[in-house]
Amino acid sequence: MQKSLHLDPAKCTGCLQCEMACSYEKLGEFNPSRSLIKVFTFHEEGRFAPYTCTQCDEAWCMRTCPVDAITVDMATGAKLVADDKCVGCKVCTISCPFGTINYVQETGKVAKCDLCGGDPECAKACPTEAIVFIDSNAHGYDRMKAFAEKSLPSANAT
Amino acid sequence: MSWTKKILRVNLTEGTCTPEPLNMEWANDYLGQRGLATKYLVEETDPKVDPLSPDNKMIMATGPLTGTMASTAGRYSVITKGPLTGAIACSNSGGFIGNEFKNAGWDMIIFEGKSPTPVYLYIENDLTELRDASHLWGKSAWEADEMLHKDHQDPNLKIAVVGRPAEAGCLFSAIVNDLHRAAGRSGVGTVMASKNLKAVAVRGTLGVAAPQDPDAFFEAVADGKEVLAENAVTGQGLPTYGTQVLMNVINSVGGLPAHNMRDVGFDKAENISGEAMHEPRASDGKANLTTNGACFGCTIACGRISSIDKTHFSIKDQADKPQYQGSSGGLEYEAAWSLGADTGVDDLDALTYVNFLCNEDAIDPITLGCTIAAAMELFEDGKITLEDTGGIDLRFGNAKALVEVIELTISGKGFGAEIGQGSKRLCEKYGDPDLSMSVKGLEFPAYDPRGIQGIGLNYATSNRGACHVRGYTIASEVLGIPVKTDQNDAEGKPELVKAFQDATALVDSAGICLFTTFAWGMDNIAPQIDAACEGDWSVDKCLEAGERIWNLERMYNNAAGFTSDDDTLPKRLLKEAVKSGPTKGNVSRLGEMLPKYYEIRGWSDKGIPSADTISRLGL
Repeated sequence: MQKSLHLDPAKCTGCLQCEMACSYEKLGEFNPSRSLIKVFTFHEEGRFAPYTCTQCDEAWCMRTCPVDAITVDMATGAKLVADDKCVGCKVCTISCPFGTINYVQETGKVAKCDLCGGDPECAKACPTEAIVFIDSNAHGYDRMKAFAEKSLPSANAT
Repeated sequence: MSWTKKILRVNLTEGTCTPEPLNMEWANDYLGQRGLATKYLVEETDPKVDPLSPDNKMIMATGPLTGTMASTAGRYSVITKGPLTGAIACSNSGGFIGNEFKNAGWDMIIFEGKSPTPVYLYIENDLTELRDASHLWGKSAWEADEMLHKDHQDPNLKIAVVGRPAEAGCLFSAIVNDLHRAAGRSGVGTVMASKNLKAVAVRGTLGVAAPQDPDAFFEAVADGKEVLAENAVTGQGLPTYGTQVLMNVINSVGGLPAHNMRDVGFDKAENISGEAMHEPRASDGKANLTTNGACFGCTIACGRISSIDKTHFSIKDQADKPQYQGSSGGLEYEAAWSLGADTGVDDLDALTYVNFLCNEDAIDPITLGCTIAAAMELFEDGKITLEDTGGIDLRFGNAKALVEVIELTISGKGFGAEIGQGSKRLCEKYGDPDLSMSVKGLEFPAYDPRGIQGIGLNYATSNRGACHVRGYTIASEVLGIPVKTDQNDAEGKPELVKAFQDATALVDSAGICLFTTFAWGMDNIAPQIDAACEGDWSVDKCLEAGERIWNLERMYNNAAGFTSDDDTLPKRLLKEAVKSGPTKGNVSRLGEMLPKYYEIRGWSDKGIPSADTISRLGL
């Protein structure tokens, strides 16, 4: 079964445990500025939204890389950046419609989410299930279920 | 690791920023943040210093856990001598800036001297410099925050800033960070402004190094998070209702003061409670509460994000002030009590509005509300007149008057400047000093010492004046954490107060939030510190460090001129019995508790630590 990260802003409290977990996994230190998942605060709306790479099947970043530094992990579906091939040209950062692959000046390479080899640390660290790692085919099921519930006779009675 | 082992010394007189190694010998005795910064302050300043003179120092300090994955580990504190009290001031804040200091590579920043012109400190990792802030002077904290973000083109810049009242000399000015988190009490913002320091803007990208023992750390941290999630207070009550979960609870047990503590019990408490913040309003069907929000690393997420009813009188004619139209930091319990129950105002939108004002211009809502409540009593007694207030009809319960007088306080003009001096000075000026509900000049929080005995002893002996977060015995006396004690008993309370005070001093020195202690004991906390840090941080060592910190603060205050005569409560709380409700007939029995408290602390009957105590704690 292919799994992917499911992000739910309605559940996010903006605590940044995900950013710490991500940076610790990748760098061995707590460094939210280098996290590959980002939580954005929309202060006046009173909302927090986590965001990271959705691992497109037809990945723009992978298609545009001139040195074939981005490949597919066949086990997880993640698009991986090979640091020994990446030349830091940034073309992928221009082509990605979602902005989830970015240049890192400290390394001279680009970096993006790689799903931690199939067991993403951000999802494990999230205290509110705003980030979960679930069956890619079932991301809409919770919402579907909520609407299904509205069609129950008991729901119509009230 | 877990300390960066680096401090930044900022000499505002000379305009220099100089890195120094952290004194690790002191870190081993005082851990970090509150304790360690107090040690630096004690070693480097004269306790008799005028708090607003260049000779006073102000320290911003993180704890060793700050910036790690321990739950709530994003705290920082500001330590200085406070202008409202003349005692040691230590104010703790969450939000995100604590982590940013740590990620920029600094455990602590010591500010000394006074800049000749307004400046702000800019930190980007090792780049540290004082920059001109003349364009920021005269701006609110929110305006300055926005201007700095724009100037630096950096949305991730974290900013701690003072507002206009601090510049004008309001003695209870706070330092606001991340728009709605504050080092709130004792006037630490007034000290910052007195140094011509408007803001600290920091960006850190260096990372916080791995814990000393990663396996032990992640195990202790995971255990801690599970305990928080499963606890009724930290897992349900706080995320759902915030600290406002307490409004109805404390009122129902006869512990909620009202009307400048003339009464215990507020019949309209329900209207300003955490439950009321969830109720849809008539105008647009939305609730006051938009959502709950977390500070850095916090798995509790008690923060309130609220909005004001757009048809409410406070904002309906203010389309030119967009900052009040959307959501922002909402009411916490202490602010809702002081601005609401203590002034008799039960208008939730008015309270949310003035809470926004307190955040926007960085003032302590507890002291503000209590000072206005004292002014209201003086007004009803005829000692303050309409002429004094500039025409504001300052009766208890008048929401419009509350809004007007707070806007005036922020402007620093007229009667607002008098409110800005706090209740002690206000009540002295108008000839009735007994109406100031304060200890050592700091106003009370939202728990009445007649209705809840132990908290009165804590207020009387707290090193920064009447403060609930020095020794929160409410946990035991009302909520039964870790064990229930009878709120009406004085017996056993000296021991309870000491235990809470010492443990709290350690928690405030670690980089984590005190609210974890609704669920965590030292046996949850010590293993996290021990795994993160060098050295052996057993439960016993943590508790001893807490006691050492408490005594160090006490010795500072004694040297500053405080005596056992200052360990007292206003006459009202010692003599005027509660008039109605579950605690009817009670007064505070401080006199029964205080001698025993001194004894178990190892202090003389004058409240001075004995030679044995000083030697036992290595002071």
